[in-house]
Amino acid sequence: MTGRRASLLRVRRMVAKELRQIFRDRMSAQMVFGAPILMLLLLGYAVNTDVRHVATFLVDHDRTAGSRALVDAFTASGYFRVAGTSDRPADLGRALDKGTATVGLEIPAGFEADVKAGRSPAVQLIVDGTNSNTGTLASGYAAKILQDLSVRLAVTSGVAMPRGVELRSRAWFNPSLESRIYNVPAVIGVIVLLMSLMLTSLAVVREREVGTLEQLLVSPLSATELMLGKTIPVAFIAMAQITLITTVALLWFDVPFRGSAMLLTVGAVLFILSGLSFGLFISTLANTQQEAFLSMFLFLLPAIILSGFMYPVDTMPRFFQELTLLNPLRHFLEVIRGVFLKGLGLRELWPQLTFLTVMAAGGVLGATRRFKATL
Amino acid sequence: MDLHRFWAMARKEWIQIRRDPRSMILAFALPPFLLLFFGYAITWDVEDIRLAVVDHDRTAASRKLVEAFASSGYFTVTEHVATVAEAEEDLVRTRVRGVLTIPVGYDRELRSGKGVPVQLLLDGADANTANIAQTYASAIMARHALGEVLGGRKPAQLLRLEPRTWYNPNLESRHMIVPGLIAVIMSIIAAMLTSLTIAREWERGTMEQLAATPVGRLEVILGKLLPYVGIGLFDVTMIVVAGIVFFGTPFNGSVLYLSVLTLLFLVGALGLGVFISAAVKSQRLATQVAMVATYLPALLLSGFLFDIASMPTFLQGITFLVPARYYVAVTRGIMLKGVGPSVLWLQAVFMIAYATLGLGLAVTFFKKELRA
Repeated sequence: MTGRRASLLRVRRMVAKELRQIFRDRMSAQMVFGAPILMLLLLGYAVNTDVRHVATFLVDHDRTAGSRALVDAFTASGYFRVAGTSDRPADLGRALDKGTATVGLEIPAGFEADVKAGRSPAVQLIVDGTNSNTGTLASGYAAKILQDLSVRLAVTSGVAMPRGVELRSRAWFNPSLESRIYNVPAVIGVIVLLMSLMLTSLAVVREREVGTLEQLLVSPLSATELMLGKTIPVAFIAMAQITLITTVALLWFDVPFRGSAMLLTVGAVLFILSGLSFGLFISTLANTQQEAFLSMFLFLLPAIILSGFMYPVDTMPRFFQELTLLNPLRHFLEVIRGVFLKGLGLRELWPQLTFLTVMAAGGVLGATRRFKATL
Repeated sequence: MDLHRFWAMARKEWIQIRRDPRSMILAFALPPFLLLFFGYAITWDVEDIRLAVVDHDRTAASRKLVEAFASSGYFTVTEHVATVAEAEEDLVRTRVRGVLTIPVGYDRELRSGKGVPVQLLLDGADANTANIAQTYASAIMARHALGEVLGGRKPAQLLRLEPRTWYNPNLESRHMIVPGLIAVIMSIIAAMLTSLTIAREWERGTMEQLAATPVGRLEVILGKLLPYVGIGLFDVTMIVVAGIVFFGTPFNGSVLYLSVLTLLFLVGALGLGVFISAAVKSQRLATQVAMVATYLPALLLSGFLFDIASMPTFLQGITFLVPARYYVAVTRGIMLKGVGPSVLWLQAVFMIAYATLGLGLAVTFFKKELRA
């Protein structure tokens, strides 16, 4: 047998051993394939910034057809729903305090009469600002509704109002502006990073703690073979996971897929390699499993926060924006969102793919060197 | 339950924590670091939205409209391009978030009072930013359009909206994030600190030594928890003070009420951590379960960033199982809204139930006797 074939055989044995170890008990197997699907479903629904059917507390002092028309305009928009009504403004305050309503709408007495006389009645809108995003959108929607109604009333009541500039806005890639379409692909990236870090970061340190690392060292496996044996199974599992959850995402959530699957696969391989090598790096540095876990966690926390997953990178302070360039998840999210939503190709995504390639190559090289040094 | 043995157990655990530099860092350095890091990094205020302008009219009036966008603070005009195609290319590559197109004859039509359409094309991929951009744009247009038409006179509308924002008047995302972060950080710290404590005893073989002592299960669990509860209370105090000092977070409610509810939250979270490590027994699985069960739910299912009300009903049901959900409502309620027991009693009830459950599970699943 030539040296190369013997080496291949050794790596294969090692891969088989690793796989057996990962799938030894049912709980681990469930963890590997069940957890990603469960997380996809939970997170796919949870990460949602759409502001619809905002609970609105109504205090209508006017109780006329005119005031009802105003309330109808609010509810018919789909952005607001009436969650409670009362005659006393104090009840409105209590509902906002309790959180049973997010918005309070108070229509003054004499509203209809004022409209007819052209006296511009003022409608009060009280917004709960604790969630600043919801607050901003809700007050924006309310202003738009009132403005449209204003124009409509002016036309029907024959008040001559000159027409000015009209804004016609249109959104590309996601005309109904549903946040889910944007977030589900990102959830895929987050889950894959989490799983590949989890599977590798304990790989070496565990053998060390249990004492089997010495057994591996006295075996004929070289350091490179050992590392290949550790990474190949995880890389395959991670690829299987990403295929699985992408399929589930496409079937379950109504997410468009406009780009090339090939390009996404290339991006995914690079992303997984950089994640794996980072996990392996942690694993060689740590002395105990606890330490490895903590290090992984301390990497994962900022990686998720600084990726553009939950809120756009553009809104971060400049320093953090530059920091995100070191984050493989940020680049992969741009790739996966670009492929899913915009149908982007290599022409647009080459910078992200270059970053990922550099990180994957650097990670694998660094981890190999670290690995050899530890053994 | 012997107070003396319980106290001895607590002291032993505290000595172990004190001797372990990693536990010390985790307990005392990590929480304020996380607060500062997240507090500065997470900004949800959509400002300076990058806009490309295609001005086909090139008159003083069209420049005034562009100026209205640029001076609003919400938009930054990063590019003036000649054709829509160029602007669309920028949009595809996310160089800009929106394209404002002003038609030929804008000035003339505007003066004739016939009404001019101005087009705003948005990158809808990021729906939230697009939504906010749209909201801002229509507000700017409304103000601008009326001002233009009425020749600089005060804009008048048939209906006026008097908006007011409570609890967070300037709608700063920071005030929403800091109180919520307390809950997220403490969920993480509690899970990390405790999920390893019992597994550690197993894997290091010190469980046998524990088994040889006359200490009972309840004493072990409570003794193990006590130092961590103390650390947790200290951490929360530190984070709240740092939030007020560094981020100007308001504190409108009662300190006492926050302390009581924090205590409940910590007992539940720590108990659950002990339960996970006792039930799972292997450090590897314990860490994985703790991570999946606490970090992501605390971040995403607690209402910290994403409104629970906009989740589908079944998921809203699941959020009731996430302790951080109650605690986020508590920290926000007390710090921002300044509400007390009359509003937060339901949260308190849930947190009592949860603390009882966490403690009960920890004691039940902790088997001191060694298995054959």
